[in-house]
Amino acid sequence: MTVALPPTARRPALRHRLAERGVDRTLLLVLPGALAVIALFCYPFLYGLQLSFQPASGGVLGAYHAFFSEPFARKSIWQTFSLAIPASLINVGVSVPISYRMRRDFRGKRLLLALLVVPITLGTVLTAEGILEFYGPAGWFNHTLNLLGLASSPVQLTMDYTGVLLSLIISGFPFAYLLTHSYLSGIHPSLEKAASTLGADWWQRFRHITFPLLLPGLMTTFCLSFVMAFAVFPSAMMVGDPDGKTHVISIEAYEAALEHFDYAQGCADAMIMTVLMLVVIVAVTTLRSRLYSGSTGGKG
Amino acid sequence: MSAVLDRPATAAPGAEPEAGRRRIAIRPGAWLTWAALAFFFLNLLGVIGTVLLNSFGRSWFRSWLPGGWTAHWYSDAWTEFSLGQVLGTTVEVTFLVVLISLVLAVPASYALARRDFPGKKLVMGLFVLPILVPPIAYGIPLATVLYKFHLAGSVTGVVLANLVPSIPFVVFTMTPFIEQIDPRIEAAARMCGAGTRTVLTRILAPLLLPGMLAAGILVLVRTFGMFELTFLTSGPTSQTLIVTLFSAVNSAGIRSTQSIDAMAVIYTGTMAVLLLIALRFVNPTQLVARSSD
Repeated sequence: MTVALPPTARRPALRHRLAERGVDRTLLLVLPGALAVIALFCYPFLYGLQLSFQPASGGVLGAYHAFFSEPFARKSIWQTFSLAIPASLINVGVSVPISYRMRRDFRGKRLLLALLVVPITLGTVLTAEGILEFYGPAGWFNHTLNLLGLASSPVQLTMDYTGVLLSLIISGFPFAYLLTHSYLSGIHPSLEKAASTLGADWWQRFRHITFPLLLPGLMTTFCLSFVMAFAVFPSAMMVGDPDGKTHVISIEAYEAALEHFDYAQGCADAMIMTVLMLVVIVAVTTLRSRLYSGSTGGKG
Repeated sequence: MSAVLDRPATAAPGAEPEAGRRRIAIRPGAWLTWAALAFFFLNLLGVIGTVLLNSFGRSWFRSWLPGGWTAHWYSDAWTEFSLGQVLGTTVEVTFLVVLISLVLAVPASYALARRDFPGKKLVMGLFVLPILVPPIAYGIPLATVLYKFHLAGSVTGVVLANLVPSIPFVVFTMTPFIEQIDPRIEAAARMCGAGTRTVLTRILAPLLLPGMLAAGILVLVRTFGMFELTFLTSGPTSQTLIVTLFSAVNSAGIRSTQSIDAMAVIYTGTMAVLLLIALRFVNPTQLVARSSD
């Protein structure tokens, strides 16, 4: 906002002093977007926060107390983490060697990149249906295992922890890969070449040059993959164990709010979920800030 | 395939020996990586393939292939789930979200790209949060508020909910795009006597159009596939395709899996076309690298 003060003889107008610090009418352009985010994100969030302190019974902290005193609800935290952390570790871990191989140009690289984007289009339902039918007891996967003589009776992979983990990998891996790939292509190959001239072998080059430069990027990728996996909701309901091992916190929150219509409890669950999420992100970001963050000599 | 990186360091350090020759034998590490990738694609193919075959199959029990072929599951799905109306709603919601988020977020990203002001970090933080917090976590309070104002269940409610992640997304796609446009172009235009309106319509708009197109298409793809927010805030008449699909799976038993699969194929086909169009305008690897840091 620009406030036009009558210009005095000695001091320049407030408007000019503000403009020197970058505050002028252009800033008004931020307002519509910022107001929309405040109205649609911050206000509901604060509303939910105060609503979570007003449960039907149990006093101010009743909803939180209810969540932590019920073993089934409390265990959903553990179940969410035990799905999200392995899924994001696998996705990030596997994408490192693959993008390391993909750094060079070779025939079919564009095709390979395009194929990796395919799972983004699948959507949770097709992935879930596919997992149920492909890995199911009568599916092709168990057929093949049977044919190869690896398993005599069908292996249980769906309606279980494994099914949800598989769906998290199918939907999350391409995303983690694209990020890792772009971080890795930002590290200039001349750094490795320099190490090579000094006699470093393959492992030493990776261990002491590429990996430390890549690590901050990997941590960002881990964070974003974790956010995606942490919020797993539809696939946990469709391919997961309906009432046991894959009862994740988002299902708990959804059931409280929109099946039992206990909005206070649902909002409390959502707040717990946000806090857990932010704790992990802050932890990873703090670790990341202790690492080398400078030029990687590349185009990135 | 991975000749340069795999060449042992014992080969004459410093020089680039025999640059033309490539090693035929690939190391075990390379084999393992390509095998892992091949295994991933094989499983992916299986997952997509079973759904695709099932949507065209008559009945499929314990055999490798369905018992016979038919296309009637598609017409079944179309009438059973009134897909015409659902697709209409989906298109309506998606275009409204794209339009509104562009109108609200492009000016904001212009100001963020051009000005350095006190409190800029705070504003940036405001835009980062909706991306970091999972949709379910802010969707539940948002749905509660929308119910309070009697907006939930309507198309308006669904559009409002989908704006939450879309506005920050456009801001973070557009800001680096605007930063790379030389501000001297605007200064030159102003020096030649152009007013703000002329600068906007004749100088900035044509330069911003490619970026807005890219951001718009990506928001379109995201909104088309956004499940959680639409699911939490939609009513029977304001469901998008993905929510209808999910409800169909959850109320299974009355529905045949084949028509659900047919609908899932329709969804994926539409999404693939949209994404192909988007990829013509944006390079995915560049985009994620930019928008993430």
